[in-house]
Amino acid sequence: MKPMREMQTPLLYALLAAGLAVSWQGLYWINGGSALASPGQAVLTLGSMMQTSEFWLHALETGKALLYALLIGLVGGLAAGLLLGVNRMARDVSEPILLNMYAIPKVTLYPLVLLVFGLGLSAKVAFGVMHGIIPIMVFTMNAIRQMRPVLLRAGQSMRLTRRQSLLHIVLPAILPEITAGLRLAFSLTLLGVLIGEMFASQRGLGFLLTNAMNLGDIRTIMAVALLLSVFALACNGGLMWLGRRLSPR
Amino acid sequence: MAEASSAHTAASPARRSAHQLDGLVRIAVVIVLIGLVELLCRSGLIQPTTMIAPSAMARHAWEILREGKFDKDIAISLANIGAATVLAVILGFICGLLLHALPGLRSAIEPLLASYYAVPTFIFYPVFIVLFGVGSAPIIAIAVLLAIVTMITATLNGLDRIPRALHKTARVLRLTPWQSAVLVKLPAALPYLFTGVKLVVAYAFIGVIASEFILSGSGIGYAIGYAYNNFENNDMYALMFLVLASVTLVNLLLNALDRRLQARLRR
Repeated sequence: MKPMREMQTPLLYALLAAGLAVSWQGLYWINGGSALASPGQAVLTLGSMMQTSEFWLHALETGKALLYALLIGLVGGLAAGLLLGVNRMARDVSEPILLNMYAIPKVTLYPLVLLVFGLGLSAKVAFGVMHGIIPIMVFTMNAIRQMRPVLLRAGQSMRLTRRQSLLHIVLPAILPEITAGLRLAFSLTLLGVLIGEMFASQRGLGFLLTNAMNLGDIRTIMAVALLLSVFALACNGGLMWLGRRLSPR
Repeated sequence: MAEASSAHTAASPARRSAHQLDGLVRIAVVIVLIGLVELLCRSGLIQPTTMIAPSAMARHAWEILREGKFDKDIAISLANIGAATVLAVILGFICGLLLHALPGLRSAIEPLLASYYAVPTFIFYPVFIVLFGVGSAPIIAIAVLLAIVTMITATLNGLDRIPRALHKTARVLRLTPWQSAVLVKLPAALPYLFTGVKLVVAYAFIGVIASEFILSGSGIGYAIGYAYNNFENNDMYALMFLVLASVTLVNLLLNALDRRLQARLRR
């Protein structure tokens, strides 16, 4: 069953992509061509944009903010999740608070971030971290809760120190869940960085989007949207694959 | 999630009192955190140009509500959130039903649903503005786009988990398909559907307020962005306070309802 599924998956994704492209083209025809760009036009626009150095400056800026925010979110979320997760009381007290913070529209807090960090890269990174850190914490805490107790008992019988058991038992055991958390955190961090760039920024792909929106330049909008979607889906697929590799057989 | 809610419903008195203690500690933690921010603001470690004290936010929020300065924006945002919630719940439910009835289509679409949230849906907001013009329509569209997939997933999940015995009972009682759908299947799937509704509300808030914030001429999100651009910190923080407080209240309410429905599942 399994190998057959794996063989089918790439075909399925190809069919899905083709289906999406066809419906996009259909939408383009229905709308009469001025309000939307066709898939072909978006790809061509993207291609010509990629030949300008200006585009790469914007892309690099977004990439840098995304990378920093992800690193800080992953390390910080993992540390906080481990600290809160190993204590039952701390976990039960903090989890609902975290879930509520997750459901809050964090955009409202962006002015606060801007006032604290000033305009620039650090505000975008901070905003991205705000989006990504909570899922990583929650997934880490859940993973620790669902860990098999026998693993920790084995550690105790081998007289591991707290640090050793964290590093050699807890961390490897929760790794697959963490990749699932990272998958969610990745898309949220990207969203946070892009929203940060769309409001009050002069650089980055988000700025490119708002700028094109103000000019009514639909081709650029759709080209950037296409690029970001493909990028996000590719990273998501990569993390999914990693999660499957890391999970115990 | 399932484990957490089973802990809530477990009837043993020791568990229950531990649960109550957790709740008290949680309230204490929140109060201490807010108190800490208040103290930092009052002592001048956080400048009022950066952030005003939480008590000042609350007071100014109350003034805003009394004077009705932002009534129009609040009404527009709430109307948009309401419209987006209703649309996402209905459309998501219908899509869920259709996909459940057509397993072939479902297996083709399922990988799309699994990685849907990887794409920052928000980047399509400019496209919707070009399509629908500036106004409520693109805002509602983006909020629906953001929220609908959780409802589809919740509907599929709910339909998948209707116990076999219930299908058989319906057949034994010779219910018509319509009767069995309304009298048996809907009540059985209801707790799962409600979890979907809860998430839809959260996503509708996020989608509407974020869209207003970035590009719009009205609504709470716009008012916050406008206040920021004009250095009107009092208005800005009061509005932020209103949004955060109302979202938290709505979430608490929906969570309490959700727990009740989940408890019914285990009876």
